[in-house]
Amino acid sequence: MSTTEKVGESVATYVDQRVGSNRFLGRSLKKVFPDHWSFMLGEIALYSFIIVLLTGVFLTLFYKPSMVEVVYDGSYVPLKGVMMSEAYASTLDISFDVRGGLLIRQMHHWAALLFIAAMSVHMFRVFFTGAFRKPREFNWVIGISLITLGLGAGFSGYSLPDDLLSGTGLQIARGIVQAIPIVGTWGAFLLFDGEFPGTEFISRLYGVHILLIPGLILALVTVHLMMVWTQKHTQFPGPGRTNDNVVGYPLMPIYMAKAGGFFFVVFGVTALIGGLVSINPIWIFGPYTPDQVGAGSQPDWYIGWLDGALRIFPNIETVLFGYTISWNIFIPSVIVPGIVFTVAALYPFLEAWVTGDKRDHNLLNRPRNAPTRTGIGVMAITFYFLLFIGGGNDIIAITFDLSINAIIWFLRIAVIVLPPIAFLVTRRICIGLQRRDREKMLHGYESGRILRLPHGEFIEVHEPLSLKERAVLESAIESYRAPLPAPEKVDANGVANKHYRRDMIRYKLSRWFYADDIVPPTRQEIEAGQAHVSHDAALEAPLHEYDEDETVMVPFHGGVLHTAGEPATNREQLEERGGNL
Amino acid sequence: MSDLTTRGGASAPDHGHGHGDVPADDLARPLYEGPGALPAADIPHRPRRSDFDPKAARRAERQVSALFLLSMLMVVLFVVAYVAIDPYADVYIPMFGVVGFQTFALGLTFGLGVFCIGAGAIQWAKKLMPDVEVVQERHSLASTSHEDVEAAEQYERGKEESGFAQYKIIRRTLIAALALFPIPLVVMLRDLWSPKNGSFGPSPVELLSTTAWVEDMPIVTDGTYVKIRPEDVPVGGLVSALPENIMEIQEAEHNLNARGKAAIILVRMEPDEIRAQQGDGWDYQGILAYSKICTHVGCPIALYEHRTHHLLCPCHQSTFDLADAGNVIFGPAARRMPQLRIGVNAEGYLVAKAPFAEPIGPSFWERG
Repeated sequence: MSTTEKVGESVATYVDQRVGSNRFLGRSLKKVFPDHWSFMLGEIALYSFIIVLLTGVFLTLFYKPSMVEVVYDGSYVPLKGVMMSEAYASTLDISFDVRGGLLIRQMHHWAALLFIAAMSVHMFRVFFTGAFRKPREFNWVIGISLITLGLGAGFSGYSLPDDLLSGTGLQIARGIVQAIPIVGTWGAFLLFDGEFPGTEFISRLYGVHILLIPGLILALVTVHLMMVWTQKHTQFPGPGRTNDNVVGYPLMPIYMAKAGGFFFVVFGVTALIGGLVSINPIWIFGPYTPDQVGAGSQPDWYIGWLDGALRIFPNIETVLFGYTISWNIFIPSVIVPGIVFTVAALYPFLEAWVTGDKRDHNLLNRPRNAPTRTGIGVMAITFYFLLFIGGGNDIIAITFDLSINAIIWFLRIAVIVLPPIAFLVTRRICIGLQRRDREKMLHGYESGRILRLPHGEFIEVHEPLSLKERAVLESAIESYRAPLPAPEKVDANGVANKHYRRDMIRYKLSRWFYADDIVPPTRQEIEAGQAHVSHDAALEAPLHEYDEDETVMVPFHGGVLHTAGEPATNREQLEERGGNL
Repeated sequence: MSDLTTRGGASAPDHGHGHGDVPADDLARPLYEGPGALPAADIPHRPRRSDFDPKAARRAERQVSALFLLSMLMVVLFVVAYVAIDPYADVYIPMFGVVGFQTFALGLTFGLGVFCIGAGAIQWAKKLMPDVEVVQERHSLASTSHEDVEAAEQYERGKEESGFAQYKIIRRTLIAALALFPIPLVVMLRDLWSPKNGSFGPSPVELLSTTAWVEDMPIVTDGTYVKIRPEDVPVGGLVSALPENIMEIQEAEHNLNARGKAAIILVRMEPDEIRAQQGDGWDYQGILAYSKICTHVGCPIALYEHRTHHLLCPCHQSTFDLADAGNVIFGPAARRMPQLRIGVNAEGYLVAKAPFAEPIGPSFWERG
């Protein structure tokens, strides 16, 4: 044992005697995590959040959250002598007079964009694979909360430099608050300490941006990860993978090296982008003043869909008993996002109620094996992208020389019509894929090779599925569920069902959810089908008699060429390595 | 080899446990079998080159340490770039355009320095660490029935000992007290809009309904603050303008609030092109003054198309027709742009003839 290890051991003992850490380490260092590229999405979100925290701390050392007007005297010549808020002046100083300041500012902004993007894609991965199902519903709700907080963090940070663009964003935010019925006017006056823009809002937002929201995100991320740890990660179907095990690599050393290394990769890439690609060049926009605006005002991408909703909503306003209700602002900016986030958070519970599925699910669904859910997801994405297009309608109109009125009218109609169409099309595609999977399970691959048998018959040789493909395709058996049975008004003992109406709704929804799914073949049918296919392949065997090549097809990993004598399974590989992990 | 099949705890999955209300068919049906349920030892595995070729393994070892060395070199270069490069020099990078040389150099060295550590670690894991998949059993998260009973018993014991059920009056007053205790926290938010010199001043509705415009207030240009004669406004042109005393107000109030409400635009069209106004003769020789603040959510508007007399908001594309009393012709805004009645004073300068007749800017609840 080397000296370093001896010191390490005594430290471990010292700590263990005080907090009992060795018990935890013993269990945890061998903890298995399954592997899949899509599991990195959540990692990217976590790492970009850490980068945002680190770069953010650096920025707080130089940024002044104050709206006091000062005369700029920094090194950016075009703005010399211009009156501006201290917030804007200090952001200019970070960009021009602190060495590396612009790099850190741009890294902060890029990492923030990456944080929200990674969270969003991660959410869709979880949604489409059904990873939110029991027992992981709470973690889904936490995830939706994290995305909501991420939007708040992004918007509050975007507003801090107090440049012309961010101030316009705040003006819009104030207009939205003012449009909330009954409490809106007072709410706006309380938030802004009076009229717009006032002198307090930036410093208030600063507290929210650097303490309140990151604190909440940090707390929720911690719970999110602890739950992933306790519940163990879900896995995709594959050889050896069941609903009751985890197949993958141990934390020490594989995941420490891979996940730890990946943090540095994300950090490094963010730094490269931050050094190379300019973002939010606030010195071009100029200081904020409430009577000016730049053409083509665009929010950051994650606010785009909300801005789009605000842009395309018809101009409806009612005056009722002398009070104004601004539907044109209140609905797209408060009601729509409210519904979107609430429905998203409740989705796991809604689906569980409709399907009546109370099983634990640790094996992920393939999206095609849950056609209705996949359809709903694509419907949501379609809705989102139409609003997102709305958020850039002026840019689109200019770039493609289109009428902005035509774009808005298209979107007003499309946002209602296209999502249901996307749902139906997606669902049909999924069901088609299910049908093809069923064919493959029963009849193997079409090899494209025509064989003439001794008695003259021609057949097309079908090839058996590899082990991996069978494991993946046969996960349809686990995913499949028949619709709930129809409820009865009166049960066998003549007792009336009090919840008949509720049960009837549930029954109909369950049918809508499941009824069109393709019933997968049974295990016996698959075995028989694959045996038949192998028989076909055996007819070809005489053709291979003269093959001198040592290379044979071993059916795994999609049927790769495999040299005879090389280890072909975990066991053989381990034996080759001396049975030592 | 037993270590391979189950790492940590070899207990069989417990199907029947912790599923109190699961329908019988769910329990009877095995969740997964077939090739998915292969024993771990038989899971197919494809060997890597570095597993059987010592040369490849040594090459991987060299690659990993080279990446770590490169990282160290980058950190040294970072410090050099920080000290030696002129912070105000620019450099042209193909595809990315002109960027600050120091920012670019710092980003490149720091980024590569960090990236190489990660790349090295991942290469190490992928090429040299074992890639044999291992299996761990999952265990139900639900408590055992014994633990359920224990929890219920302890709860009952606590309830009994506290007398929570017994002392009805204590229970009710406690609940009421807890319901009231957040009130101070909410009440204290009142002074978020803080009193100035001990007074709260005008109400929100009064503030939102008034601007700095009063009768005979001269109109000055935005930016240069010079008074405007009618002939200074060309036909088809647009002039951003403010009340003459705007800088005085700003210096007295130390904020931009008055500016945010009083900003107007002046446009001039041929008198016969004006189809309607918000009041008879509110123009002066074809010069019209409208608020600059959009009635949708308050962006300042300055995109004016002089042939159609349309005013387009750059934020949400609300479009107003200034030749037709500032009415909305398209977009999400629900209200017309308020018009300011103007004329000229004795010295021949443009002035406001009256305050705005209606609140400017976004709608609010009490606006009516």
